[in-house]
Amino acid sequence: MPARELQDGFATEAAQHDVPRQLRAFALDRRDFLRLCGGGLLVCLAGEPSLAQESGGGWGRHPLPEQISAWLFIDAHGKVTVYTGKVEVGQNIRTSLAQSVAEELRVAFDTITMVMGDTDLVPWDAGTFGSRTTPTMGPQLRKMAAAARSLLVEKAAQQWKVDPATLVAANGNVTNPAAAQTLSYGALTQGEKLTATVDGELPLTPATEWKIAGTPVPKADGRDFVTGRHKYPSDIVRPGMLYGKVVRPSGFRATLVSVDTSAAEKMPGVQVVRDGDFIGVVAPDGWTAEKAAAAIEAKWAVPAQISNTELFADLKKRAEGGAAAGGDMEQALAGAEMKMDAEYTIAYIQHAPLEPRAAVAEWDGTHLTVWTGTQRPFGVRDELAQAFRLPGNQVRVLMPDMGSGYGGKHSGECAVECARLAKAAGKPVKLVWTREEEFTWAYFRPAGVISIRSGVRHDGTLIAWAQTNINSGPSGIDTPYNVTAKAGDFREVEDPPLRQGSYRALAATANHFARESHMDDLAHAVNMDPLEFRLKNLTDARLRAVLQAAAQRFGWGRQASSPQRGFGMACGTDKGGYVAACAEVEIDAARKVRVRRVVQAWESGAIVNPDGLRNQTMGAIVQAMGGGLFEEIRFASGKILNPLFSEYRVPRFRDTPEIEVVLLDRKDIPSAGAGEIGIVALAPAVGNAIFAATGERLRAMPMAAGKFRA
Amino acid sequence: MAEFTLKVNGSEHRVNAGSEESLLSVLRDRLQLTGTKYGCGEGQCGACTVLLDGQPALACITLASGAAGQKITTIEGLERNGELCHVQQAFLHEGAFQCAYCTSGMIMAATGLLHAHPHPSEEQILQAMNGNICRCGTYPRILAAIHRAAQAAPTEADDARA
Ligand code: FES
Ligand code: FES
Repeated sequence: MPARELQDGFATEAAQHDVPRQLRAFALDRRDFLRLCGGGLLVCLAGEPSLAQESGGGWGRHPLPEQISAWLFIDAHGKVTVYTGKVEVGQNIRTSLAQSVAEELRVAFDTITMVMGDTDLVPWDAGTFGSRTTPTMGPQLRKMAAAARSLLVEKAAQQWKVDPATLVAANGNVTNPAAAQTLSYGALTQGEKLTATVDGELPLTPATEWKIAGTPVPKADGRDFVTGRHKYPSDIVRPGMLYGKVVRPSGFRATLVSVDTSAAEKMPGVQVVRDGDFIGVVAPDGWTAEKAAAAIEAKWAVPAQISNTELFADLKKRAEGGAAAGGDMEQALAGAEMKMDAEYTIAYIQHAPLEPRAAVAEWDGTHLTVWTGTQRPFGVRDELAQAFRLPGNQVRVLMPDMGSGYGGKHSGECAVECARLAKAAGKPVKLVWTREEEFTWAYFRPAGVISIRSGVRHDGTLIAWAQTNINSGPSGIDTPYNVTAKAGDFREVEDPPLRQGSYRALAATANHFARESHMDDLAHAVNMDPLEFRLKNLTDARLRAVLQAAAQRFGWGRQASSPQRGFGMACGTDKGGYVAACAEVEIDAARKVRVRRVVQAWESGAIVNPDGLRNQTMGAIVQAMGGGLFEEIRFASGKILNPLFSEYRVPRFRDTPEIEVVLLDRKDIPSAGAGEIGIVALAPAVGNAIFAATGERLRAMPMAAGKFRA
Repeated sequence: MAEFTLKVNGSEHRVNAGSEESLLSVLRDRLQLTGTKYGCGEGQCGACTVLLDGQPALACITLASGAAGQKITTIEGLERNGELCHVQQAFLHEGAFQCAYCTSGMIMAATGLLHAHPHPSEEQILQAMNGNICRCGTYPRILAAIHRAAQAAPTEADDARA
């Protein structure tokens, strides 16, 4: 795949994954440059390309290497090492990418070792987000593997002085069937780099012929995870390492008024680090670091800030005066036999990855090495380089497979803070954020207000659809249904109350919740079955296929909803993934909602690993239960009011419905990513089921926050 | 600071730790047994689950000094002579993880459960496991792994551990 294609749609996509920086750059020797971003060091990439800009020209500024050796290496024993800037966060790409390489290279899966996210060793990469790994990195590595294979075949042909077309590459060997000659890949490379360059297209093995890709290979190194042997970022230990802790302000946008560090300084082994408004400590162990930080008395001035109860009114007020819908739209709406106008809201939520942000930083003169959990190792490398005024090549970021992120670990706050502490200590330092820090000082999925104006004929034909999203984002705002007059309008809000950024599926969750709830209302309004109504207005064959597959497996229409039991459905598409969900909910006399059963159908082209895909799809359903029913960040006066798992409810075993996943394998369509969009259909399907049972339309996510409980 | 002895995975460790320091902090930072994870520090997520005399306990809200004298088992202590215990095997077999950060705690909680109830009912499983969070949402697979482990014959590693 040419580099140009890797950029397609990337700039817009990347922009939505960007996390706004809130702080100027700081220099160790220029205190005045240091500012506090609510709580830690954050580096503003002011004057430097932000992720969005970088990716616009990004692949130009960072052209993909065309050398095979940049991407893979075959040693003298035939062991294969693959280099990629993508990172493993539980989405299983360490396995699925290795499968793709094994397939094209014609080697056994377990000869492959993936080196991922080590900025000194792997080609530059924008980061692991936007479901980009499978559709972009997959083909890139496959191409390199195919090129390596043909190079090995040529080498063998030269040795044997035969026509390469008569040779066969299989199972890590090149064979000459005519002469019964065989040479292993290791014997052919003798551990030398494969120096050829590859440009342009190469024929890749079609999915119909896959033998390793397309199969349910278990998680690579699975054994290390059930034995506790795998080292996550927070598990890294370095010789002589100290432990750090940062003193956080009492609210967002705070400034330091006064601080007394004398008690902490008297504690044995403790060093206090001050740099402008940044206050931290290092100590020989984490326990002492915690005690020392608690002994520091700091006073902060926190400006007045709005609370979550004022949020939606505030967002709406600030988004006023956007572009009005065009005349065609108004005309279509005016001419509709039935019209509907509705508003939906979506709360701020947190990713709450089970492993909070963590880093270990080590200085060697002017070289800095940081192990940290991030979806953007090169992004974090750049943040570090700027923070410490270093050239990028003096900073190395390593990303051990981490305790996930869900879009929440794009930024390098913890890495920068940790490096600052290590610089002061002159020793390696580990910094692990607490759950409360992660809930407060990371960033949030943006809240939003979505409004839809629609028009439909009595016979159920959609004729107008105008959807506006304030603040949460443009992803998935375009309706996949056939409607002549349609408009999608995203209105950005400047300086929103909380620091917000990427979250699995971005705003596709919000926009699908609004659209699919609205579609359900329209179906009822025109007295049509929700499935029939959708199909009547849908010609997209892939979306129809998942909708029908889910409905069929679910037994849609077999049973009518009752006040105690409701059935609902929803579907959608974004980023090359097609999803449909059917949900069954139970509602008791106290209006407690239980999701009993969910059937979700998924299609994203040719399946690379059906087991991994099934796992992702199921996990997405479970995660979606939280945002759909009960997850919500509450805040006031610059503070998060529920920054703990005891106060912020996430889905647990008891919340989990019976789940059936139906995978459609389209071997004729290139594989798309599957980590994100599986999350978008659950909430509207559940909301529609609640409506079917009770006649109550819930237009706010989370849904079980008002009249209903979950 | 206090000095005491901890018996972890069959070995004795002389520990010098804060008198109110948690068992989690001692295991991870002082004994370098990082298989036990931090997820919340308030007893809400189960990532730090270990066994104290065979009973599941949350290491983040257990005082290290209080665990002196008890038999502490962590995830690192389940394997014997390179053989996984049946719960570990079941998790591997079912692929009951994504990022697997919750896995240590899940396996320890499940091991404690199966120790007390070798053939647990669905309700007993939910009761025992509901305190453990998996943010990747792999609960159905973890349930499948627990059912599988309950059916499997204990391995040598299990016998040695018990
Ligand atoms: S870390 Fe102990 S329960 Fe969460
Ligand atoms: S597998 Fe990621 S938290 Fe459970």
